[in-house]
Order: sequence, then C-alpha cells, then structure tokens
Amino acid sequence: MAERSFKKEVQKLKLGEGDVFHGEGILAVTKALLQSGVSYVAGYQGAPISHLMDVLTDANDILQELGVHFEHSASEATAAATLAASVHYPLRGAVTFKSTVGTNVASDALANLASGGVTGGALIIVGEDYGEGSSIMQERSHAFAMKSQMWLLDPRPNLPSIVRAVEQGFALSEISNTPVMLELRIRACHVHGRFTAKSNVRPSFTLKDAIENPVRDVSRIVLPPASYLHEREKIEKRWPAAQAFIRGHGLNELFAADAADFGIILQGGMYNTTVRALGLLGLSDVFGDTQVPLYVLNVTYPLVDHEVLRFSASKRAVLLIEEGQPDFLEQNLHSILRKAGLATTVHGKDVLPMAGEYTAAVVTSGILKFIERYAPQRIDRAHLPAVVRPAAPKPPALEALDRQIHARPPSFCTGCPERPIFTAMKLVERELGSHHVSCDIGCHLFSILPPFNIGATTMGYGLGWAGAAAFNTQETAKRTISIMGDGGFWHNGLTSGVGNAVFNQNDSLLVVVDNAYTAATGGQDILSSQAANPIRTTRLSIADAVRGVGVKWVRSITRTYDVAAMRDVFRDALTTHEKGPKVIVAQSECMLNRQRRVEPQLRKSAAEGRRVVRERFGVDADTCTGDHSCIRLSGCPSLTIQPNPDPLRQDPVATVIDSCVGCGLCGEVAHAAVLCPSFFRTEVISNPTAWERLKARVRNSVIAFLQRRISASHAS
Amino acid sequence: MPPEPQYCFTHEVSRPIDNRPQVDNLPHAPITVAILAMGGEGGGVLADWLLDLAERSGYYAQTTSVPGVAQRTGSTIYYLEMFPESAARAAGKEPVLALMPVPGELDIVLASELMEAGRAIQRGLVTPDRTTLIASTHRVYSMTEKTAIGDARVDDATFLEAGRAAAKNFVHADFAAIAREAGSVISAALFGALAATGALPFERAQFEDAIRRGGVGVDASFRAFAAGWSSGAAPAGTAPAVQDILQAAIQRLTGYQDARYAAEYLDLLKPIRALGDPALLNETARYLALWMSYEDAIRVADLKTRRARFDRIHQESRAGTAQLVQINDYVYPRVGELADILPAALGQWLLSTVWARRLVERFTRHGKIVETTSLGGFLRLYAVASLRPWRRRSLRFQREHRKIREWLAQIPEVAAVNPALAREVAECPRLIKGYGDTHARGTRNFDTLIAALPRLRTMDDGAAQLKYLREAALADDTGQKLAEALARFRAWPRKPA
Repeated sequence: MAERSFKKEVQKLKLGEGDVFHGEGILAVTKALLQSGVSYVAGYQGAPISHLMDVLTDANDILQELGVHFEHSASEATAAATLAASVHYPLRGAVTFKSTVGTNVASDALANLASGGVTGGALIIVGEDYGEGSSIMQERSHAFAMKSQMWLLDPRPNLPSIVRAVEQGFALSEISNTPVMLELRIRACHVHGRFTAKSNVRPSFTLKDAIENPVRDVSRIVLPPASYLHEREKIEKRWPAAQAFIRGHGLNELFAADAADFGIILQGGMYNTTVRALGLLGLSDVFGDTQVPLYVLNVTYPLVDHEVLRFSASKRAVLLIEEGQPDFLEQNLHSILRKAGLATTVHGKDVLPMAGEYTAAVVTSGILKFIERYAPQRIDRAHLPAVVRPAAPKPPALEALDRQIHARPPSFCTGCPERPIFTAMKLVERELGSHHVSCDIGCHLFSILPPFNIGATTMGYGLGWAGAAAFNTQETAKRTISIMGDGGFWHNGLTSGVGNAVFNQNDSLLVVVDNAYTAATGGQDILSSQAANPIRTTRLSIADAVRGVGVKWVRSITRTYDVAAMRDVFRDALTTHEKGPKVIVAQSECMLNRQRRVEPQLRKSAAEGRRVVRERFGVDADTCTGDHSCIRLSGCPSLTIQPNPDPLRQDPVATVIDSCVGCGLCGEVAHAAVLCPSFFRTEVISNPTAWERLKARVRNSVIAFLQRRISASHAS
Repeated sequence: MPPEPQYCFTHEVSRPIDNRPQVDNLPHAPITVAILAMGGEGGGVLADWLLDLAERSGYYAQTTSVPGVAQRTGSTIYYLEMFPESAARAAGKEPVLALMPVPGELDIVLASELMEAGRAIQRGLVTPDRTTLIASTHRVYSMTEKTAIGDARVDDATFLEAGRAAAKNFVHADFAAIAREAGSVISAALFGALAATGALPFERAQFEDAIRRGGVGVDASFRAFAAGWSSGAAPAGTAPAVQDILQAAIQRLTGYQDARYAAEYLDLLKPIRALGDPALLNETARYLALWMSYEDAIRVADLKTRRARFDRIHQESRAGTAQLVQINDYVYPRVGELADILPAALGQWLLSTVWARRLVERFTRHGKIVETTSLGGFLRLYAVASLRPWRRRSLRFQREHRKIREWLAQIPEVAAVNPALAREVAECPRLIKGYGDTHARGTRNFDTLIAALPRLRTMDDGAAQLKYLREAALADDTGQKLAEALARFRAWPRKPA
C-alpha cells in the first residue's frame, strides 16, 4: 500500500470524449496513456514519478478492463527490458522511472532496445529530478537520448501539451521505429491543471494476440551483422523519418515568429518560466502573447534543421534557453547554423549560467541581458522587476535575519524505525571507535546529516555493500559497515552486494534496513513487504534470501526500537572472531505507513467500545537539566525543546510534542545510553475492563492519600 | 493511430508588437501565493483548499510543489497562481501560469512556522509593495537549536521585526496553538486568517465551502478556520514578568529540603550580597540555588510522585473521564547514585568494597521501568522520596557542598581584582547538568575551568576568556571544542610581569 492513495482520483481516468479533466500532471499522463491505446505499462518508483506508479496501482481494475497489463518492475533495467514486447509486435508500451538515476540503471536495456528499434510505440517517461528539491546528482537525461539515439520530448508544462506529447510520442515512435523518451520536470509532474479528455482506447492488437502468434525477426536482434545495420538504419532511415514527422505534425511550436529580428529558442519545459520572465520585462502578456519570437522545442532531440534555419534566418541573434549542462543543444545549434552558412549570433550559456536550475529569476536576468544587447529601447528601465533590479540596501531588520535562519534538511520522520539503528551505531561508536560506513539510497541516507553524522559514501541504489568492496584486507581485524534498504536489496543489492561479498570472501558487515516498503519513494510494496497485496507476491524473507546466496552469519532484529539489542548485535558483528560476510536484518515497519494502516483501525475499535491502548512519551521538565543528549541520539521531530518553565534555569528543556506516536525510542535511548530519569510513557486506555477500573479506583485512593502526606510534609 | 496535428509549424500567426490585446478593467496578472511549510505539516492540504476555492470561484488555478524527500520534515514550498476565467474569456485565450515563485512578485505568503516566515523573507518572496504575509509564530526548532548542549535558540523577535519591515501586511499569531485548541490542524487556522485579510477576492463562505468539499475532519477544520479568522488582530503575547530569583530560590530549596535549608542558602549568599554588584548577585543566587538542589534519586523520586505531576500528565494526555491513564517512568539507578543517597560512611564503603559493589551492580545492570501509577511502583518511589530528612548526611550532599563552598569562596576573591571575571565564575556551574556520565563530564569541565582561574586572574580579558572557554565546553559533548579552546588559551601570550 503506497503512502498516498489515488482511489478517488483514478475515477477521472474513466472520463470520456469532451469531458474536462482537472488534476495533477502525473494523472493526466496516465489518462493520456489510456487514450493512446497502450497495451502494457511498467516502471520503478522514485520522485517525481512515484505517483504515476501509485495511480496505476490504484487504477489496476480500470487497466484490466481495457486489457492493459501493469507491472511494478524489479528495477529500471527490468522496466526498460519490458519494452522488448514492442520490438516485434504492434503493441504500445510505456515505462517510467526517475531520471537520471533510473535511466542509468536502465541504460543496458535501453541501448539494446534502441539499436534493434521498435514496431509498436515505445514510450519512456522519465521524471527529471533536477534543481530545487532534487535528491540526486545533477545530470541530464538528454545525454541518454543522444547516445542511444532515442527521441526526447520536453513538452510545455501544461496538461494539454503533456497529454499531446504522450499521444504524439507513440506515433513518432512507430513512424521512426525508435523508442521515445518523454521528459517531465518535477514541477510539471505535480502541476495541477485541466485538459479536455478523449475516450480510452482498448488496443486492437493485444498481448494475447502476441503470445499466441509469436514472431521473430533476426534483423531486430543486437548481434552482428544486424547491429552494424542498426547503426546505419538509425542515421539513414529512423532519423529522417522522425524529423519529417516532427515537422509534419508541428510538434515544435512557434509564437510571434516574425515579430522581431531576434528571438528565443527554448526547451518546451522552460516555456512557462520564459513567458513569465518576458511578462516581468514587459515583453509578453499573461496569455503568452509575446513581442519576442519564440521557437519552442517540444522535441529537444533531434533538432529539426529545417525549422531551426527557418526561424534563425531572419534573426540577427537568437537566445537559447537550455537548462542543464553540458550545453548539448547550444553546440548542436551552432553546428546547424554554421554548416548552413548563417551568421545569426547564438547566445545561451554566455548570458545564462552553465549549471544550475533555470528559475524565473535566472531566466529573467538572462533575457534582460540579451534584449539589452539587441533592442535596449524595449526595456523600460524604470519599471524593472525586483529580481533584476540592483539590490537595495537591506533595512536593519532584515540584516539580522541571515544569521537566524538555519537549514532544514529532510530527516527521519517521527517514530521512524530506522532512527534507532543509527542511535545504536552511535552507542557502539562510543565503545569501539568510528568505522568506515558505506551508505546506500533510501530514507536511511538521512543518517549522514545531524544529529547522527554517519556515512562516508553513497554509490547508488542497492550498492551500499558494493561501495565497501575494496576494504577487504587481512591486514586489519577492523570491519567496515555498509547500509542497504530493503528496496535497494531487491533492486540489485542481493547480487551486487551480498553475492559479491560472499564470492570475494569479504569480512565486513551489512545492515539491511527492512521497513517493509520502498519507503523513500512513497511506501510501495516489494517482495519482503508484510502486507497482503492482491496483485503482487509479498512476505518473502530477506534473511532467507541472504542465506540462500551463501551468507552464514545472519542475525535478524525484529524490533529495531530495542536499542540495546541493536547495539549488542552491532557489537557482536564487529568483534566476533568468525570470519566472512555478516548481515544484520533490522526489521520494523515504516512508521509513516504503519500509522496510515493502524490509526483508522484503532479509532474504529475505540468507537466500537473495544479496549484500545494508546501510548506516547513525555519529559518531566523539572528533572530535565537541558543537556539535550537525548536529542543528539535521536533527532526525532516529536522530541524537541521548549522554554524552561523553571524561573531559575535558562537552558531550554526537552519536550515531547503531540505528534509523538509512542514508538518507544526515547525510553530505550534513556536506558541504553544511561541518560536521565526524565522520560515517561503514558498509556491511555479506552474502554478499560471492569477489573482495570476497580484496580484503578483502589490505587488512586491510596496514592492520593500518600500524596496528601507528601504535600503536608513539604509545607511543614 | 497518429493524432491529429494541432499545432502546425506555420499555423501560428505572428502579431505586430504594438498591438497586443489589452482587456480593459480586467486583471493582467495572476494572483500569486506561496506556502512555506515543513514536509508533512499540512502545506499540501492548504494548497488543495486554495486550488479548489479558486476553481469553484471562476478562476484558473495552478499549483505546483517539489515534494520528493523534502516531504520528510524538510522545508518545502507550495506555489499557486490564480487568474479569473472572465478575463481569459474576454481575451479568448488561456493564461500561461508560472510554476515557481519569483522574488518580489508574491501577493500572499503563508508560513506555517516562524523560521519559515524568515526564510520566505530571506528569499525575497515578501515585499512591502504587495505581499500579505501570514505567519504562525510558533517554533519548530531546527536540529541546530535542538542538539545544542545549552541554549542555541534563535531570537523570535528578529523574525517578527523582519516581517514588519518586509511585508505590506503582516498577520501573525500562534496558529498552531489556535488549531490545537480547536482540535484541528494548522492549515485550517491559516486558511481562516487568510480569508480574514481580504487578500483574495473571495467571501468567507467560499473559503468554508472549500473545506466542506475537502471532506476530511470538516467540523474541526471549521472551528480552527473560525479561530484563525478572528485571530489576525490578536496582539502578540507579552513577555513573562521578570521573576525574583531569590524568591524562586527560597521556594525551590524549601521544597527540596526544608525551610532551614533555604535559610542556609541565604547565609551562603551573604558575602556576595555584601559586594554590592546586582548582576553578580543575581547569577550567583541562581546557580547556587540550582546547585544546592542537585538532582539525586531522592529529588527525582519526590518530583515523580507529586500530585501536581499526575494532574499535569493526565491533562496533557487529554484522556476523557472514562479513560484510564497509566504512567511508566524510565529510571536507571546505578551503584554510584545509590551510594550517593546513603549516609556518607556507608556510601563510601559501598563504593570502595569490591564485593559489595559487584553485588549491587548485579541488580542495577539494566534500566528499569517503574509504573508509578501502580501501588508497587508508587510505593518504591515514595520510599526513596521519604529519605529526604536524612539527605544532609548523605555522601552526595557532603561532596556537593564541599564543591559549592570552594566555588563560592572564589567569587569575592576574584571580584576584588576583576568584577567582570567574577560574574563569569558565577555562571560556571551552568556546565554541571544531567545525570550519570553527562553529569560527570559537566563536572570535569567545570573543574578544568576553575583550575584555569589563577591564570585568568592575571589577564585583562580574563572574563572574555572564561566565557569563551565555557561556551566551548557547551559546544559539543565529545570535549573536542573545549580541548581546542584550552590549547589556544594555554598558548596565549603571558602578560609581562
């Protein structure tokens, strides 16, 4: 069960011809797939396309009615290989993943797919995780399109354009026998808008038809001599076919093409930002009626030479707005213009930065520099927008602000079961000194930030243990520690990490953080998830898998909140004389998902009169001395500070706020690290039994009597 | 099935530059709204309500966000634009709405927390020409603020002053508390405050309809909305009155031991009082009272068993009359702490006798959870608390009072040559806090600083030096910063004789 449910929204997927769809970009993409007669969809979750996977999961019934097969792929490589179904058969297929990390993983399959080419439309929807809020290395998907010669769509970020890109992407793929990548920037994925829907289309040629009538065509298989022919075919047939289609169907768009003797060429995804920038400079209205000619590349690869030349021929200069680096498009543009002998000046990364997100502020500044050079009279210097005005001196009230604002990086959620694993590591560090820690991808990577400050490298999803492979020497008894999540484990870690360590006789420790979901991507199910999933096989054991690959030393901790047990197993793994790879499987359910699962049940039980116990933690302010060790060993959002109620004390005291879910870590830490006696756990019992009520009455009267005696003795 | 061509390359008609369509009396720019929140704190709900509100009120609305990992407690921005459909119809076109906020171009900024409001101002999103800033004044402390050994909280007043300087209209209140009182979430209270500002061209009923259509926790949201609506004008809370330190100290020590103990406290302070330095007296009085009421097992057991505590916890748990509340205390008495409350000789014997010590250690190897609301649990703590009359004879009492006298004796001596340094000496007991290892580390640091006094007394800037060392001791719990500071201190050029 994913973190967010789309059960309600997926009903919008049933909208018919002429209905107006309101919703998120991702949902619109799903609708567009169904309108395009897609036969199968696969993918691997990850921001910003996690919701696409979640929508498809919740829409499984609707998909089945249309004969569409949907799969949660084991990895992006699996997803990309799934497109093999479109090689020989006229089946439309789509896969989706986070880019560029997912595209990296998928590259092998994508290169093979692109070499042989496709018969049915093959669409690769990549969520471009670039710029603000990104959690990955800053690279471009563009390079993958270029190296394998797949076409790259980068539509304007509004719902009609995105939907059109899906529909036209399939057609382009079929006409040029080439897989097509559809790049959606993070904000476009989450943009809310509207478009006029069409009816869903059941594919005329189905998976059943393909399975029952198998086809093979040796010329589509990547083996010599066909592979040599594929390369020629890409250049001689597929490329021109694609360019002809892009031209013929107007995939790229022109606005006010002849309005001036200078113009802007831009990636489709940059359109809204560019129009806003022009608007701020007084060069466009809110409807995009621009004074500056715009050539919008909804297809960023390949460029259509004819279109580029036609747009540029009448211009003294063009500005290319190309987000990201290297400046592939700019180089390409130069090449096209110079080969044709055009003298049009090209601006791009000279007035815009080479690296970093092209925010509205950045684009406004770049366009201003460009216009000032070619039509300075069009700029009303008296009314420049704030973002390009020279900064006014700051009022004193704002001067002081900068020092007071702290970074607020993401962190483990309240009650996260991964936190105690790192608390235990901190405690072991106190005894055994620090260790080299190789991290992985997942929520557990937050360990590198305060308060834990644990972890040295991260080499990619599932590659935590592989990242420590070199530290394998007889010259020291000290061991390295590697981290891997359950998501990364099933993605590839079982082979790339565990198998590798067994085969190479590694003597280090792997901790598999098993929280029963791919939690960081939004709580999707995997093989070891504990929930019964009607459309997937779950509840398989990571420990069994690890033993199956040949690890002898395997320990499972089934309640990570038991910090003392976690600490002891760490100590054991790091100090045992037994040689060979060691694996600790640390299991506790992701608290975010657990709360979503359990909370409604508890509320229902209590309302129905059944006995329900709710736990939460608290700190006694009068025994807390404000040292905050507990926070340094936890970092829980619910464990925070408050002003000291004691007029004599000045340092703030620890406090547990209402969001506490009673995971128990505070108390465990207080014990395991021998901190202080300030923590207490409250149990609130709804619908107590008659015996409990009686017992409570007796206790309360005796305790109240004694408490009156205490007050009397203090007063004396 | 290739789709129909819709945007042919040659299809677009270029337009003369000076003839842009202008629609009179209709807005030419969208309304822009940014919501700054922390992941999982209701920013998304607020954005959804605003979106629904706008779309149902005849507006185009577009919202975007950058969720991803920021959802996990990091700061995140939701951005909305709204544009009237009537204006679009008159122009015969759809507006092109932006996907991210532009500094200086925001009409409304909502911040779900005070530092996030500061962040919005820092990013230039709040400007005096147009921005209505609605901020909750409660704090969600940053990791830096939370993990400090002492007090690293930033000054709230800076944010409030910045808000007043940066915004056209600054509405601020503790919307978290307002929402809590209404039994709802902060987004509803902020939504109410926004409605009350009139910054959006919609009526209150339209706002409420959006909540109703949202369909989750509607009644509680209405309460919080109404409270938020009427909160905007509420004056900021006044600072708590300055407490009389001596008054508080006497109260504390009487409760800690007895009235005689409080009288002894006043006696101990006499030499300091005689110095006639009010600041020095204040700080010495504060730390002397705290030190004299050191946290031993008797004190902890006493505090844990008080009626007022039971009532407070019951209230905080929000349990109804039909619900039972049980309190489980996490305690970890170790052999040292047990010896501390024994008579001095016996305590000393326990610590120095190997077999006795081992025996006790066997029973104190693990932390204990005492159910204080059960008879057995309560009586155990009650028994320990009843040792109070014998505390004066305990091992710990004698140890602490010896150290207290040593520290106290230094103050008049130092004050005679360097009053500023004396004030810093008075503040040094701040280092001693916590229990067990934490307490031992604090005491060690305190001793180190006091040992540096002879040298500090010879320095003109001794006060600043001692302050610097004290802050270094509070900077981390590994002692690294203090070690560095001490190394620098020792290398400091000596004053020529």
